Amino acid sequence: MKEVLGLYNYWIVIGLMMIGFYTMISRGNLVKKLVGLSIFQTSVMILYISMGKILGGTAPIIIEGRENVVYTNPIPSVLILTAIVVGVATLAVGLALVVRIKEAYGTIEEDEIHEQDDVM
Amino acid sequence: MSVVVDIALLAFLAVTAFAVMKQRNLFAVAMLSGIYSLLCAALYTMLDAVDVAFTEAAVGAGISTVLVLGTLALVGHKAKKPARPRLLPLFVVLITGGVMVYGTLDMPPFGNADNPAHQHVAPRYIEKSEEETDVPNIVTSVLASYRGYDTMGETNVIFTALVGVLLLIATGEQSRRIWSADERNGGVFEESSEPVEDGHG
Repeated sequence: MKEVLGLYNYWIVIGLMMIGFYTMISRGNLVKKLVGLSIFQTSVMILYISMGKILGGTAPIIIEGRENVVYTNPIPSVLILTAIVVGVATLAVGLALVVRIKEAYGTIEEDEIHEQDDVM
Repeated sequence: MSVVVDIALLAFLAVTAFAVMKQRNLFAVAMLSGIYSLLCAALYTMLDAVDVAFTEAAVGAGISTVLVLGTLALVGHKAKKPARPRLLPLFVVLITGGVMVYGTLDMPPFGNADNPAHQHVAPRYIEKSEEETDVPNIVTSVLASYRGYDTMGETNVIFTALVGVLLLIATGEQSRRIWSADERNGGVFEESSEPVEDGHG
């Protein structure tokens, strides 16, 4: 039981990652692909933050005048703060591409876009 | 107690992600992904990453949802039903997931203070950062001081993304129609939310 609890976070992370991955490769709608991508990204973030957590620790903000406080690892937080913002930047560019594809092809379904490309 | 909340939040996350995958109305997908981000923010708070939590709540649940909704206003909100159940993606996903679960069996248990990740670099920041930077929040001091160049690079990435979005959107037919003075009456996209998208790129 203890082993399962110790790995539960990681297993859910893998589940989320695979759901995002499956949404990306099996769904034809471009907006859904992008939402799948952001689920995939978030799962990686949860993985990092889970690895940084120390049970019984507190948030890494120094408490004045107290000795022997256990602080959770600050480094994953720092890395993931950057990753979140970059993730939104990627999403914005992706969605702008979707808008342009809609203008050029009149659809955002992958198979219909391929059909039109084959005709040309 | 915190472990129970942790387990519950992760279970909610899995359910929400599954609903996103199954849902074909894209407005519902946008709302579900907002809920997903908010659950993530709650989870980060439980995992002591408070800075990440409020960034996720603002950026993930706020800006991303607005971006997706803005796009849906332009491209429509109905996703087609997948033509036939495709086995190859499922197969790929199951294999990848299986390999990764096998990989986790060697991982150190969650939340243990002796884990290798906590032995190097982090203790130094925790001990010295206040003395060196005078900022009580260690995450802030690392982000803005020790790894300031990293953050500057991040700002560059956002700038590049903004330029990319502007180039993509501004050269399109729709925006030319919207911004041009001699607007013809094809005003389907008149109420466009494009400026929203530009602003946050």
